[in-house]
Amino acid sequence: MSEVANIKTQNLDGSKKMLLAMVGIGIISALLIVSTFELTLPRVQRLKAEALEKAIFEVLPGTVKTEAFGVNTNGELFKMKAGDKTETTIYAGFDSNEKIVGYAIEASGQGYADIIRILYGYNPDKEILIGFQVLESKETPGLGDKIEKEVHFLNNFKALDVSLANNGKLENKVITVKQGEKQNPWEIDGITGATISSRAIGNIIGTSTTELVPILYHHYKKNHQKPTESNE
Amino acid sequence: MSNDNASSKEKVTTTDEFIKGLWKDNPVFVQVLGMCPVLAVSNTAENALAMGLATAFVLLMSNILVSLLRNFVPKQVRIASYILIIATFVTVVDYAIQAISVELHKSLGAFISLIVVNCLILSRAEAFASKNTVWKSIFDALGMGLGFTFALFCLGAVREILGNGSLFNISLFSEGFQSWIVMILPAGGFFTLAIWLLIINGIQTRKTKS
Amino acid sequence: MNTESLGTIFLNACLVNNFVLAYFLGICPFLGVSGKMETATKMGAAVMFVMLISSMCAYGIHAFLVSIGAPFLQLISYIVVIASTVQLVEMFIKKMSPALFRSLGIFLPLITTNCAILGVALFQTNKAYGFLESIVYALGAGAGFTLALILIAGLREQLEFADIPKISKGTALTLFIAGILSLCFMGFAGLGA
Repeated sequence: MSEVANIKTQNLDGSKKMLLAMVGIGIISALLIVSTFELTLPRVQRLKAEALEKAIFEVLPGTVKTEAFGVNTNGELFKMKAGDKTETTIYAGFDSNEKIVGYAIEASGQGYADIIRILYGYNPDKEILIGFQVLESKETPGLGDKIEKEVHFLNNFKALDVSLANNGKLENKVITVKQGEKQNPWEIDGITGATISSRAIGNIIGTSTTELVPILYHHYKKNHQKPTESNE
Repeated sequence: MSNDNASSKEKVTTTDEFIKGLWKDNPVFVQVLGMCPVLAVSNTAENALAMGLATAFVLLMSNILVSLLRNFVPKQVRIASYILIIATFVTVVDYAIQAISVELHKSLGAFISLIVVNCLILSRAEAFASKNTVWKSIFDALGMGLGFTFALFCLGAVREILGNGSLFNISLFSEGFQSWIVMILPAGGFFTLAIWLLIINGIQTRKTKS
Repeated sequence: MNTESLGTIFLNACLVNNFVLAYFLGICPFLGVSGKMETATKMGAAVMFVMLISSMCAYGIHAFLVSIGAPFLQLISYIVVIASTVQLVEMFIKKMSPALFRSLGIFLPLITTNCAILGVALFQTNKAYGFLESIVYALGAGAGFTLALILIAGLREQLEFADIPKISKGTALTLFIAGILSLCFMGFAGLGA
């Protein structure tokens, strides 16, 4: 009889011990994780912001200051305040004279190996893309990753035409063509050994510009465009 | 007298614990443990080194904690507690790497978090740290950790040299070098590891023969 | 903004970026395990099931953690969920079919440390997949894992009768096979684009 009682108390002690151990370890874990998180958070955020700024400066040459915008459901740009979260973030770049240089837009899409993330710069005054940078890519080294380094490919984005037609939509959709066959200013001259990757870039930019350029152009005209001077 | 004997025995064994992890019981080449996260991010020497050190760090810290708590954790929940402890330190390492270099964190990606299922760490916790003192566990972890990092580095270095013509991003060969791209691809990881295993097996067999 | 179709996600996870042959995840179990077709299929099915459940839970957990501002608890929560799922699956199989349970033996608890399952949860979170996309991703990953496992097991079974140099027997050989398979699967790249 007392044996049974003994076993019962042992079981109870056993379960209590297990619970105590797990809870104890849980508390230690929580403390460690939370303290590391809080300690590293400011530096991580600063590093991320610096990296982003660097990328924006590269795709919008001449920029010294940036402002973040989101796109609301009406298809209009609105200035983002700290803590705002949007699906697409667009950065306006201003030069040292407080004049707008252009907009930096992030876009992504499926490449050969995995998703490619890019940042490109749009100049609404001349209605062209003026900068391009690959933010993240897992394309095949030596083949697909040429989209990041090959000079002739990168030159595509010094003046890629994204002008709007009278109906407010893109006149011609951006598209990648075979290397050497570029004939129009809205085409991207591809890379022969990296067809899929370079085509992917064309698709990503094509989709993104079709959706966003009209919105950005509209915003630019409303807020920044100076009336045309007579001494042109 | 007996005290002296005991302490000198301890001294020998502690160094032994350290050395065994480097060669005789090398986690990658001999025990073939902890492969998963290893291969995917061992395509450059830098990545391999970073992953190895991160794993070694988690191994060290969890060995210490598991050993400290070994008398307080009941048998039935021991595996669960090990996993919880390991996951904690992996999370810590993840944030630490983010704070060190955004680039490095991007290259390693989710594989840092995958250190938590590295069979190596769990096996050391179960087989060693839960049964030995903290001091010994530290040496065990250091040995295994360094052995692991060393093995990873061998993999990463070979893959980067052959597949990219560089080491730590410094070009080793002239422009005309035709890099062996397959080495950087996942297939190259499999092949490189297989060849290292062949070499080591070969050496071991020769040793036992002679 | 992600514009992948569900079909692309599935093909991607199953073939193009096969978890075993491209990401090296999930090889711990079968590197140490003998290459038998039957076990491969059963292991694959069990893994696919656990992947599916973990993927759905991971989606829910991530949404919850983000809403309470504690993203750093992600790893621990995923592991706990996976471990619990495996435990439940184990108990379920034990009750439903003791024969199956016995034949699976040690593999079931091994699934917990299967890098592939945690990999699915982590990758889908990183790619910010929606609920339906996550499910498709998990199914694709599971199918790909099973496929790779079956292929390698089948090849190894055949090789049992071949004449191979002694030092390469075992792990080294399996790795070579896996490497060649990995190269083959690269041919799938661009599928579904």
